[in-house]
Amino acid sequence: MWTRQPRRPGLMACGVEELRRRRREREAALRKARREQQLVSKRLLREDDPEEAGGESSATVLGEAEVQEFLRLAQRGTEEKEREKALVNLRRGLQHPETQQIFIRLEGSMRTLVGLLTSNRALLQLEAARCLHELSHSEQSVVAEACLPATSYLLTYLSGHSSDFIELCLYTLGNLIVESEVVRQQLLPQGIVSALVACIQSPHVAVLEALGYALSQLLQAKEAPEKIIPSILDSLLPQHMLRLMQPGPKLNPGVAVEFAWCLHYIICSQVNNALLITHGALSTLGLLLLDLAGAVQRTEEAGLELLACPVLRCLSNLLTDVAVEAVGGQMQLKDERILAALFILFQFFLQKQPSLLPEGLWLLNNLTASSPTLCTSLLSLDLIEPLLQLLPLSNVVSVLVLTVLCNVAEKGPAYCRQLWPGPLLPCLLNTLALSDTEVVGQSLELLQLLFLYRPEVDFWPLALLFSPAQTPLVSPYFLLPCSPNYGCFSGLDWASLA
Amino acid sequence: MGRAPALTSAVQGQPGSCSKTPSQYKNEKVQFPGPKEPQDVPPPLRLASFPRVPEFTCQVPGCCQVFAALEDYQHHYNMLHGNACSLCSRAFPSGHLLDAHILEWHDSLFQILAERQDMYQCLIEGCPEKFKTSRDRKDHMVRFHLYPADFRFDKPKTSRGPATRGSDADLSTAALGDEGDAMEVCSEPAAAPPAPRTYIHRVPSTICFGQGASRGFKSTQKRNKHH
Repeated sequence: MWTRQPRRPGLMACGVEELRRRRREREAALRKARREQQLVSKRLLREDDPEEAGGESSATVLGEAEVQEFLRLAQRGTEEKEREKALVNLRRGLQHPETQQIFIRLEGSMRTLVGLLTSNRALLQLEAARCLHELSHSEQSVVAEACLPATSYLLTYLSGHSSDFIELCLYTLGNLIVESEVVRQQLLPQGIVSALVACIQSPHVAVLEALGYALSQLLQAKEAPEKIIPSILDSLLPQHMLRLMQPGPKLNPGVAVEFAWCLHYIICSQVNNALLITHGALSTLGLLLLDLAGAVQRTEEAGLELLACPVLRCLSNLLTDVAVEAVGGQMQLKDERILAALFILFQFFLQKQPSLLPEGLWLLNNLTASSPTLCTSLLSLDLIEPLLQLLPLSNVVSVLVLTVLCNVAEKGPAYCRQLWPGPLLPCLLNTLALSDTEVVGQSLELLQLLFLYRPEVDFWPLALLFSPAQTPLVSPYFLLPCSPNYGCFSGLDWASLA
Repeated sequence: MGRAPALTSAVQGQPGSCSKTPSQYKNEKVQFPGPKEPQDVPPPLRLASFPRVPEFTCQVPGCCQVFAALEDYQHHYNMLHGNACSLCSRAFPSGHLLDAHILEWHDSLFQILAERQDMYQCLIEGCPEKFKTSRDRKDHMVRFHLYPADFRFDKPKTSRGPATRGSDADLSTAALGDEGDAMEVCSEPAAAPPAPRTYIHRVPSTICFGQGASRGFKSTQKRNKHH
């Protein structure tokens, strides 16, 4: 989280931690729901069986004898249709966890299934792959590990031509990757990275979305920063990902969202963000942000707003990376249109997605912290007032807004001259009267900066703040006219007041 | 007077704490109109139940599989005729494996060079290793790449396959694959009597189905007719 001056633990505002905890819970629930929805959407894609559509898909659990019989028929049946039907029945049965357990405990079952997966009958191959897909849905890692013999073939098929089949293999691989570290340890030497590089050049949108899914699961593995991300950065995957995120008529929102999240996981790992900069990540992300702002202004319901969260995070994290600073990364983002785009997005977030306001403000904070140019732009584009309008929304937002103002004020007297007085005064009066310690603290910090650079200004109106209720927080000495003679600012560390 | 420096704060979300709403747009998958490829089956056809069409057979000579739905045929074609060796009718899942097959099975120059240098390339795309024999390569793939020892697309050359000198090997027996050989394209009608077959040498016209014609050396190309 934000690195701040050290303070006593008990006083840490819990707003941010709470947000984080809630996000983690939501992510876990979403992943589970996603897998279940995967089941539903796959069934929907193959509505070619009237029996299945008629609701008999909630078939009973298969017993060991039935599983064996279906496998035998599929492998050795004489009629093509009979073999297919056997596999379809097996697939339906494998939707149940109990059948999955029975299947993996049966000797030779996986071997037979792999044999069917690699047979010369295309439709049997497809059904066998669907059976594997059902198995990959299991939430038990032992079932995922039972699928290990099939992974080399799944990877080999990624270089094929049949887009439906490739899509199925990718989702299956993605599910298996999530479930088991053993599977991941096998997939890497088997060449999953080069298989994905071959696959990412496919023109099919469904394949690219599936690839984004599989890749994002790989990148979220706990061992990813040490074992997975370095080989991904060594490959052509980052360049392809950025290509698929280029704004323009060819941009597909669903695909771009997947890869934006993949990029986010790579950036978070901090393995080699400077390399991403050399591939043009900052300019791509910046242009994408401008594109997003344009789209929401035109009130297009194209789903582009889903891109907002990962793009904001990627940009913010890239800007703080020490290695990026070394290559002058921030210099690439001096375009003041970024600020305009951000504020357009703020308006959109206010109405549609208030939870994204902190994300956008956090990017603004990182932009203004190290760039006097952008601070100047913020002032010259008259964006202070819209910024102040965000103050009353929530404590988290208030702290962020005040931090941005601090960044501007810290740049020097000229900047402070533009900030004070104006609409800042009544807003600060409001924030100082709040009960949240972090908000008050940040407001005091801002005031401190203003006093530092503009000692000649008359700050008496602030005496209005002095009220008995606030005594423990605000020292009365603070409210005296600031002048070096009083020395009332020596060691004025707001943290020590609280 | 001490004052905190400008805050260059960064919220670095841990990977686990990143929120994501994939299910929302996953549900609306259909709403994102992707770039339409000419050979794509349009979405409504995929989602609705398949209209029943009269059965049709695969048009590739030698293949007699029958289909009742276009998507089934598309998948069959891509899997079995997309990367097929025209010399021995073996189908491969990717162009890379087909290239390796043609080189190692049907190229006499390869055999000569292999006596002097390491020519057997690792089958994983992106791995640059080469080996003296196919057995060494298999060992590498098993030990280094954790591939199964019986990987179906790395079969050692058998005497049953057509000889590299382009002699008139019996293509029919090569085409009638056994259960274990994954790569043969089907050309066996179950009820066909084992009558002697005639061999017709023919240089094929430029047949191209648009999705990857089968490849091989034209001079030794043969066709097998079942009439």
